[in-house]
Amino acid sequence: MSVPILKQGDTLIASIQAALSDQDLVRLHDEIADRIGRFRSRGVIIDVTALDVLDSFAARTLRSVAYTARLRGAKTVIVGMQPDVAFAMVQLGLSLDGVTTALDLEDGLAELGRIANQGGHRVR
Amino acid sequence: MALQSSVESQTKVGIVFDETCVSIERDMDIVTARQKGRALAVATGFSSTDQTIIALAISEIARNIISYAQRGKITLARLDEGGRRGVVIVARDDGPGIPDIELAMRDGYSTANSLGVGLPGAKRVMDDFELVSALGRGTTITMKKWIR
Repeated sequence: MSVPILKQGDTLIASIQAALSDQDLVRLHDEIADRIGRFRSRGVIIDVTALDVLDSFAARTLRSVAYTARLRGAKTVIVGMQPDVAFAMVQLGLSLDGVTTALDLEDGLAELGRIANQGGHRVR
Repeated sequence: MALQSSVESQTKVGIVFDETCVSIERDMDIVTARQKGRALAVATGFSSTDQTIIALAISEIARNIISYAQRGKITLARLDEGGRRGVVIVARDDGPGIPDIELAMRDGYSTANSLGVGLPGAKRVMDDFELVSALGRGTTITMKKWIR
């Protein structure tokens, strides 16, 4: 199950469609890192609405995507985490420390816009 | 603390039914195991929050098999213990075993370059959690959750 990554302006939008295996997550990580350079993207949105659970490997990989993107000059926002998925993560002791999250795609895009207006995309 | 830890042994305390088994040999099997676990939790009548918690705990113990033993199996079943309903999940592998169980169950400890929250986290969210392991003889984790 590969994840489609759309390009909208200087933003990449990765919309996860179903439960992902570890290999799918690693592929998503690598493709986002690659496309940030190819499309000179400044923002990345990963929509996890369709994820059934976010386990330790998924949390680690999403954190790695965000950190890698930051080093490539792009800001990442994770959007759409379902309430049960978030609650289960908290109970298990998992977190997405240092990663920006937003309720949904709309809020995620607004957040990227806000950061861009502050000139915060490349200046850290 | 040697504890009995097979699904069969559970029959002493209640009824075990709807048993399914998932071979864990590659990363995609982790997804299969947790999806079957969720389906079982749905059939048992768990809340949607508990369904997700059970699926997450299964994901972590399945991942543990792949990381340390390469292959193993997960057996899932429903439980009925005098009207008390729940699920039991048994993860078994014939891998190298865990040298120091206390250390492995400590939050943040890992030898597989992971976060080290998987096993202690799974223990925290389930009602019962038993880990039996011997060097060279593999590891068996038995965990249960009951409907509140």
